[in-house]
Amino acid sequence: MSDLDAALSTFSQEADELLTEMESGLLKLEDTPDDSEIINSVFRAMHTIKGSSGLFGFNIIVAFTHEAETVLDQVRNGERTIDPALISTLLGCKDHTITLLEFCFENEAEAELPNEIQQAGNELIRQLTGKTIEENLPTKAEAQSAEVETEGSEISADNWLISLDFKSDALRNGMDPLSFLRYLKTLGDIEQILTHAPELPTSEAMDPESCYLQFRILFKSDASKAVIEDVFEFAADDCDIKILPPNSKIEHYLNLLNEQPDTQVERLGEMLIKTGAITAKDINKALQHQSDDSENESKNVQVAAKPLGEILIEQQAIQKPVVEGALKKQEKTRQKVAAEANYIRVDSSKLGDLIDLVGELVISGAAMNLMVERHGLPDVEEIATSMNVLVSDIRDTALELRMVQIGETFTRFRRVVRDVSKELSKDIKLTIKGGESELDKTVVEKINDPLTHLIRNSLDHGIETPEQRLLAGKPEQGHITLDAHHESGHIVIKISDDGAGLNSEKIIEKAIANGLIKNSDGMSQQEIFNLIFEAGLSTKQQASSLSGRGVGMDVVKRNIEALRGVVNIDSVSGQGTTITIHLPLTLAIIDGFMVETEKERYIIPLSMVEECVEMDAQECEIDSIQHYVNLRGEAMPYLRLGDYFHNRAKHNNIAGRESLVVVRFGQNKAGFVVDNLLGEHQTVIKPLGKVFQHLKGVTGATILGDGNIALILDVQGLIQQATKINH
Amino acid sequence: MTIQAKKEDGITQVIMQDEMTIYTALEQTNELLPHLKIDSELQINLSAVSEIDSAGVQILMLLKQESKHKNIKLSLTQHSQAVVEVFELLNLSSYFGDPIIISADWASS
Repeated sequence: MSDLDAALSTFSQEADELLTEMESGLLKLEDTPDDSEIINSVFRAMHTIKGSSGLFGFNIIVAFTHEAETVLDQVRNGERTIDPALISTLLGCKDHTITLLEFCFENEAEAELPNEIQQAGNELIRQLTGKTIEENLPTKAEAQSAEVETEGSEISADNWLISLDFKSDALRNGMDPLSFLRYLKTLGDIEQILTHAPELPTSEAMDPESCYLQFRILFKSDASKAVIEDVFEFAADDCDIKILPPNSKIEHYLNLLNEQPDTQVERLGEMLIKTGAITAKDINKALQHQSDDSENESKNVQVAAKPLGEILIEQQAIQKPVVEGALKKQEKTRQKVAAEANYIRVDSSKLGDLIDLVGELVISGAAMNLMVERHGLPDVEEIATSMNVLVSDIRDTALELRMVQIGETFTRFRRVVRDVSKELSKDIKLTIKGGESELDKTVVEKINDPLTHLIRNSLDHGIETPEQRLLAGKPEQGHITLDAHHESGHIVIKISDDGAGLNSEKIIEKAIANGLIKNSDGMSQQEIFNLIFEAGLSTKQQASSLSGRGVGMDVVKRNIEALRGVVNIDSVSGQGTTITIHLPLTLAIIDGFMVETEKERYIIPLSMVEECVEMDAQECEIDSIQHYVNLRGEAMPYLRLGDYFHNRAKHNNIAGRESLVVVRFGQNKAGFVVDNLLGEHQTVIKPLGKVFQHLKGVTGATILGDGNIALILDVQGLIQQATKINH
Repeated sequence: MTIQAKKEDGITQVIMQDEMTIYTALEQTNELLPHLKIDSELQINLSAVSEIDSAGVQILMLLKQESKHKNIKLSLTQHSQAVVEVFELLNLSSYFGDPIIISADWASS
């Protein structure tokens, strides 16, 4: 197959697609005759076919499609309205174009068109334009006669429009505008130049050494915009330069835009720079303008910054159609990328397998590292290092696959809120924030129930009835906010309402009645509020169908803790309640911090480690009687892991050196005293079997590179232990 | 002195003696402007202008603008090659509207 044949078959394919698109577009226009997008696509179909036909010398197609294109251009510019009659004529044109295409493919380019086809074509053209084809033959390569009005001068299609407004200091800075013009002449022809000095002052006021000159230049050249701009490079500081590409280039730029790969969404500026329609300087200027604008405006009123494209057009760096084309392309790419992104659906069990495998990979990677270290081979070490980087990248990517946005879960609560508030005849609005925060799918699934429960609670107990609200001087409409955000390896979910708040006295009363506490002495407000998560406590006097039986909040707490999360409640009486849930992002693999005590290794989740201090350092002082450690003036409970896990009755300081690992969970801090710090470790969490489920202080285990097992510490539980000892 | 002026039949003729560039602009402006105050017709002979740059062009534009305001007849005469070249580059011949005589000698120079 020759090149020409190959090109022809491409053209035929393209024409087919375009015509199909045109047909569907026309049919859509029947319903929405004003959709400029569709009109454009129909126009483009005719336009492209005309152009390509011209390339192959199919003059009969050029002649025919030209007519349709002209009419569509009028429609596009609003000079002609689209009506059912026109649509059906255009559909006829589409069919006729197919006939013509078939004829051209089957015959020599110069072949005479059979009479009946010619007749049919003429008839269609008559319907389109009211003219016969003879008096309306298109001129060859007719240029789009778009005209741009600039300060009263007219610009023909093929010229660059360059405006140079020199600043008053230009001459003093050694610039001579003439020299730029002379240089410009070497790149092409100055077709027309307008020199004026609108700001030339009257005689005495004029400073002969200031520059008042402005130029408008019509420049004919094949040079690219960047090259032309370079001419004025030295003048950039002393001159306002605007270079508007020729109208004839618009098409060229649009084509380039279309040819850009649409695998990735790019920014508008980047797209335009790539086509050469604008230069990096234009963009910088526009961006500067944009940020200046938004600064100025934010001082007065909150106005959204102007879109970049608009600024570029205003600065006369580029014509509108190019920007529009780029925006369209951007949108198309975005849609395509989005469509592609939605496309792959994978069985979640496959993902689970992958994560498991990655886990094994991490473990054997660790084993390899150990061997490399043991044998001390420098060259192998290098390879091992780069492999480690890859493994941790793979780990992160694999885990990311399971990450989903929490927004979807959140949105489901809209329905819950709507239904429940109706049922309770309350007026409640739900606001969702941070829906784009991501976390592990399994976590999302498991958090759904607790969240539902908490929200129902807020709806039922939190928000008062409209009458009560009005009495309390609050707006009739209650407000619940669901908010999610990331915080150092955790996701924080907040449920806040502007309801009545918790009544701590009632809680205490009830807790004492249920035997949960003996009295409330020495309990902080927070601790009192957290009592509602204990089993058998409900402050609602009457149980409703929704909640209030005192079952649930403890379940909520258990569920969240099962996810290695923590839940806290805070409330201001009369103003509302906020429930905060901290959750780890993933349950499978974490970055751990490995420590050793009594020859046993333990993993602390790295995200919870605040710092490590040597025990005999000056900044750290331990008080073993009161059982707290004083770290730079901050007192916190501590726990000797050796004592705790090995039932060491008394601390015998054989190792001589100990270290303090400061951990933090939510608001609470504590120090763990260990013998040795072993550093960061990628930890694949293996759940412990049922037998160990009552084990305290440990949430799981991991297999180390040398085959040994290290326990993963339950930091939250241990902090509580440490605090208890302290008491 | 870069300018020579003489008065004949009520017409002041000024002969620019030197280049008209940023270096001479201030001086020339100061010398030329007074003529616009007293004279009713001003001829500027540009035959000896060996070089002219944007600053020089501006002076001429200023004179033109002022003369229009004050109804003074201003004409530029005997443009030198340097002046013609710049006028052509900037398309200013019609702005000043004076006949330009292109000398046959220039081509060789």
